[in-house]
Amino acid sequence: MNSFEYVRPATIAEAVAAGAAPGAAFLAGGTNLLDLLKGDLMRPTRLVDVTRLAELGRIERLPGGGVRIGALVRNADLAHDQPFASDFPAVAEALLSGASAQVRNAATVGGNLLQRTRCVWFYDVASACNRRAPGTGCDARGGEGRGDAVLGWSEACIATHPSDFCVPLVALDAVVEIAGPAGRREVPLDLFHRLPGDAPERDSVLAPGELVVAVRLPPEAAAFAAHARYLKLRERTSFAFAVVSAAAALRMEAGGIVAARIALGGVAAKPWRARAAEDVLAGARPDGTVFRRAAEAALADARPSGPDATRIELARRIVARALALAAAGTPARVPALPASPFAPIPGAAAHV
Amino acid sequence: MSEIALTQAPAHARHGSNIGQPLTRRDGVLKVTGAARYAADNHPPGMLHAVLAISRIARGRVAFLDVAAAGAHPGVVAVMTPANAPKLAVDPEVKTHPFVFRIDVLQNDRVRYAHQPIAVVIAETLEAATEGAALLAPRYETEPAQTGLDGDDGFVPPVLGAGQPAVLRHGDVAAGLAAAARRIEATYATPAQYHNAMEPHAIVAAWDGGRLLIDTPSQGLVLARARIAELFGLEPGHVLIRSPFLGGGFGSKGLLTGPQVLGIMAARLVGRPVKLVLRREQMFGPVGHRAPTRQTLRLGTDADGRLTALDHHTRTATSRFDDFIEPCGGVSHTLYAAAAIATTHEAVRRDTGTPNFMRAPGEASGSAALESAIDEMADACGMDPLAFRLHNYAEVEPVSGKPFSSKALRACYAEGAARFGWARRPRAPRQMRDAGGRLVGWGVGTATFPALMFQAEARAVLRRDGTAIMESGAHDMGQGAWTALAQIAADALGLEIGQVEFRAGASDLPDAGIAGGSAHTATAGIAIHGAGADAIARLAALAVGDERSPLFGAGNAGVVARGGRLHRSDDAARSESYADILARAGLAEIQGQGRSAADPAAQTRYAMHAHGAVFAEVTVDPALGQMRVTRLLGAFAAGRLINPRLVRSQYYGGMIWGVSFALHERAVMDPRTGRPMNPNFAAYHVPVNADIPAIDAILVEEHDPHVNALGIKGVGEIGITGTAAAIANAIWHATGVRPRRFPVMPHEVVALMA
Repeated sequence: MNSFEYVRPATIAEAVAAGAAPGAAFLAGGTNLLDLLKGDLMRPTRLVDVTRLAELGRIERLPGGGVRIGALVRNADLAHDQPFASDFPAVAEALLSGASAQVRNAATVGGNLLQRTRCVWFYDVASACNRRAPGTGCDARGGEGRGDAVLGWSEACIATHPSDFCVPLVALDAVVEIAGPAGRREVPLDLFHRLPGDAPERDSVLAPGELVVAVRLPPEAAAFAAHARYLKLRERTSFAFAVVSAAAALRMEAGGIVAARIALGGVAAKPWRARAAEDVLAGARPDGTVFRRAAEAALADARPSGPDATRIELARRIVARALALAAAGTPARVPALPASPFAPIPGAAAHV
Repeated sequence: MSEIALTQAPAHARHGSNIGQPLTRRDGVLKVTGAARYAADNHPPGMLHAVLAISRIARGRVAFLDVAAAGAHPGVVAVMTPANAPKLAVDPEVKTHPFVFRIDVLQNDRVRYAHQPIAVVIAETLEAATEGAALLAPRYETEPAQTGLDGDDGFVPPVLGAGQPAVLRHGDVAAGLAAAARRIEATYATPAQYHNAMEPHAIVAAWDGGRLLIDTPSQGLVLARARIAELFGLEPGHVLIRSPFLGGGFGSKGLLTGPQVLGIMAARLVGRPVKLVLRREQMFGPVGHRAPTRQTLRLGTDADGRLTALDHHTRTATSRFDDFIEPCGGVSHTLYAAAAIATTHEAVRRDTGTPNFMRAPGEASGSAALESAIDEMADACGMDPLAFRLHNYAEVEPVSGKPFSSKALRACYAEGAARFGWARRPRAPRQMRDAGGRLVGWGVGTATFPALMFQAEARAVLRRDGTAIMESGAHDMGQGAWTALAQIAADALGLEIGQVEFRAGASDLPDAGIAGGSAHTATAGIAIHGAGADAIARLAALAVGDERSPLFGAGNAGVVARGGRLHRSDDAARSESYADILARAGLAEIQGQGRSAADPAAQTRYAMHAHGAVFAEVTVDPALGQMRVTRLLGAFAAGRLINPRLVRSQYYGGMIWGVSFALHERAVMDPRTGRPMNPNFAAYHVPVNADIPAIDAILVEEHDPHVNALGIKGVGEIGITGTAAAIANAIWHATGVRPRRFPVMPHEVVALMA
């Protein structure tokens, strides 16, 4: 069989040292990496299993109201952590809308950030893919085009980042804590993933050996808890990646919007923060007109990378809808169909 | 004699008649505890693992394989390519039987479709074989490949899938359309779909000199045995196939596939037992699929809403090298009393594997189009779609003029409509919303499937200890044959089900016919019933002719078998146990034989079909286009039901596949390369639990004295028919826009509504 070295470091320093070697890959939940290995899409020569680094498995409250989430915290554990879900309900809803219960039990916070695209050409070894095999081309160009990027893409790559979790995180100014050969550093999540440019093989700004150790949400993020939603359009009711998705968080006072946070998923190679849309909303009264204007601002730079432009309009609509849902107020508990258009709509009558 | 038998006691005891009782699956405990042995669970001593290398081009030839690199990999025992593949006794390109399909088993370097096997690597471990296959790094001479239905190269095939005519005309359709007061014409598209049973095709093959032992899932053991014997030049009796459990078949395991043959060849090449299991992506190519279709329906009615003409044209695809033409027009032959009916088919040849039977072949795709068109016609007539169907109800089979052997479709419509609440449906679309303001629509589709029957045999043995054996080479694909057929056996033998050792799932048992066409319970069951009756008759002959028996002289009055005893028909108090009769006769056992076959006289006289009505409620997000089938109800009449619990499960499974057909399932082929781009369950969507929030099935009473001796019509496929159209019709009723491309996707609904 294809041999690779398997190491299980006991400390972050050991992990960073082991991960700095050429061909090394960090292994956490393995929900994406193992598929990539089995599909012969990645051939690491060394797997650095970081799952024994217990210090990365904690959820810590920070003074002032922020939270620090260890990179090894499982998606399910984070979503079901009640204090966390109360302060950051859109993040919990996004987590619970992703994958299946079994996958969420295994998948980790750090792995979620670093999952690869779900572009089908990336997963087809016989296809040209600059992200998988630099310089080979992009067979997604000229393909069916239903999952392709509409923002921030390049001629070299039109793939999208598939994460749900990252979308509200980037809206809420999450920061990624990184340990590396040169010591520790912090990168805002919005700057963590790279747009493809002419080097789509690099998903993120991580250098060799650099390990995500935590994701931090600042205290200000919790101020949006009363009006924060995540909404995801899917081609089936559950267990599907987003066609498009949006996180919307509002800080409201006296019926007006004081501050807004908006991000989109499934539209670019990174979770897409829509600051221009946020500016539209600051100081506005919440209504459908202003939500639509914000949505148009969010997609102002969008252009189709393939034959199908309908996703741009769908993205506008999901931003507007997510804003409306956020304005209506965060539900007391995450709906049974998290982030689904079929979840109960706040304010709607329980019966016809 | 096979060692495969299911003697485990059922979950609950049942006394008296077994047929008609909702027994739980007798193999349920084995399955939930993991004790049920599926093909790939077999590991004979010395077994090696084989892994397919598959083509990444759709047309051309394999120019180079790095056999040296693969062969040098530690653990690799052999690399099988066209250069060293064992020779077969007959050319697999020769169609020796109407149900022999051409397979690709390394007889040359040609590539005819993506994912075609191009080599087999055999190794000590699965991992080594997998890596060896990757190291082959094939190079190709690629020729342009073509998929899809576009092009001007259509031809009219000589016959369709199972031998039906490609063109059938009843009455004058042109005149009927010309005379119509109202007409509609619409074209519906259905995608390629790939069978994806939970259990992929798998084989464990072990040669023992000139004998061959095979574990592989099969829906047709005797056909498979005959094909294997022919390909390898063996006596059929020297080939034993064991297939006690299938993790689903859906038609793809009905006929022997190329990868299964490659497993046997690999075992011969290395002289050791070999196991070969398909990876999920390998299911998208060499083991059949449902072909894409483009169906054009032209309907006309008179001013009163009665159909004057029904024209159903199908364009579909088959492979470059073999013919399987999806017979979509069949549903239009039977459902509506149109004065004139024409069904025509044309096909194109494309660089794909050969399509094959896939659950309700023809009827699933055909009813999706027909039942959508009927809905459009009803709307054009300003009629409720259910009323329109009743208005055009076929009292006799339209194209043949034959009466139906039975047809409780009216009851299906009525019982389904009542439970669904159809009477409250507003006729116009876009009238209903849920509490959240989402659009809600209701749709109906008619379900139909022919009542088929094949040939089978069975053998019964009554033993001196009062127990019995029933043998039938029947196939349990998950549908519950181990249970339903044992129920028939118990009743036929006048014994409790626990006293009957039922043997099935092996090729050395009596031929039970193919488990397809929704005909297995009837086909195998009637043979079983006959074998039981024959054994009882022989036993009765012993008793009534023996003056020492209390039944002596009862020959004219006759006897009844019940509870392990024969009773005089006219005096139940006079009886004798089977054991006593055999003991007195000095016999250890007594055997009976049974056979089944369709009755040609009845077939000549009657049209035989199961029917049903499917009602769907769909909720649609008006802005985002996301859809959900929030209620699904089917009412089906299929003659006598042996086990209503299992029948309901078949209906549910079929209807859920109908949801998949309507909203989810499609193979995405890259038109530039001919490769399937979504050959995995992450990208090839089927419904998940959240897509099926509410499902129900009504088992409508139907007595059919003509269809066969047990009155069974079959339930395996009908559930998928009608369902996809019911959902599409509900989407129209919710939104006012008519989707005509399956599966219906959110972005398309949004585009239609724009």
